[in-house]
Amino acid sequence: MRGLHIAMLGCALAAGAVTAQDRPLPLDSVRSGIEFAGRDVRALQDDAAGNPAQLWLGQGRALWEAPAGQSGRSCASCHGEPAAMKGAAVRHPRLHAVTGKLVNLEDQVRHCRTEQQRAAAPAFESDELLALTMLVTQASQGLPLRTAVDAALQPHWRAGAALFTQRQGQLNLSCAQCHDQRWGQRLYTDALSQGQPNGYPLYRLEWQKPGSLERRLRSCLASIRAELPDWGDLGLRQLSLYLKWRAEGLPVEMPAVRK
Amino acid sequence: MAAARLILPPRVAAGDVVMVRLLIQHVMETGYRQDVNGRVIPRNVLRWVRCELGGAEVFSAEPSSGMSANPLLEFPVRVRASGEWRVTWEDDAGEKGELRQLMTVS
Repeated sequence: MRGLHIAMLGCALAAGAVTAQDRPLPLDSVRSGIEFAGRDVRALQDDAAGNPAQLWLGQGRALWEAPAGQSGRSCASCHGEPAAMKGAAVRHPRLHAVTGKLVNLEDQVRHCRTEQQRAAAPAFESDELLALTMLVTQASQGLPLRTAVDAALQPHWRAGAALFTQRQGQLNLSCAQCHDQRWGQRLYTDALSQGQPNGYPLYRLEWQKPGSLERRLRSCLASIRAELPDWGDLGLRQLSLYLKWRAEGLPVEMPAVRK
Repeated sequence: MAAARLILPPRVAAGDVVMVRLLIQHVMETGYRQDVNGRVIPRNVLRWVRCELGGAEVFSAEPSSGMSANPLLEFPVRVRASGEWRVTWEDDAGEKGELRQLMTVS
């Protein structure tokens, strides 16, 4: 039933090319989550040295150089300096060249670990996976998000858009109701943000550690009391793709901090 | 993986009082929380942290469960000469950590 709803909404959201008319959030009003954060959180993000995410970036740097798996190769053996990964964070989620699946940056790191280095895939939300993903994302720091939705990505974009606008959970809320229609208003003590993905994986004070966009989306689903999909769920990747497209022009923030 | 960062001012002159910041990666589990199955998550906080400069102790702390995860500690130190920082710590689980870093005084 839910699948049918998604399919119907998907059709309703226009089968043609993705255009400016599809933007419920106009480009000139797109704002990063940090603009909705309090002064203390901003200070922590701006503190380049004391930012707690630096601990994970440091780990990422060490992991980058360390040989892993049966191949005995490190990330650096193939890619060189982490700076060579500039732009990678902007390009994901994308269709994987080999598997054809929609993958985010975490999936790509795991793919490298298993296929290139022949090591065990790091678990989702493990320090290893977060640290490497953050390091790779740091190479794109400040780059504006630009997601070109081509014909191959269209079905995924449409599914993501449908998920964004579909009411879910016991609270019967959609992402759009809060983050497109009511951003800037208050939800208890919080300012409702636009739900922008430009800082992930980021250090979240509530988690007391960094977490991925997937974790954040799951956390949103839990708070509207919707059913939680399995880790690695395609729907959340499609939603991430839609969010990245929706965030057009926002700079990649790394290391980022949120409440 | 235990990690820490010692954050020193970019330039230090002999005789200066400098603010030193220390960031330690630690869960700082209070022992008051429960997991999804209702079992208490055992307390695991840093028992002690010790900072030595050139072999002499300049700062120590006993962080408690009132501190957030990945605590940031800040303290002033009067610096007389170049030396090596040695930061050590131990938590409730018995895990120890160490960080060494050289500091050059101009």
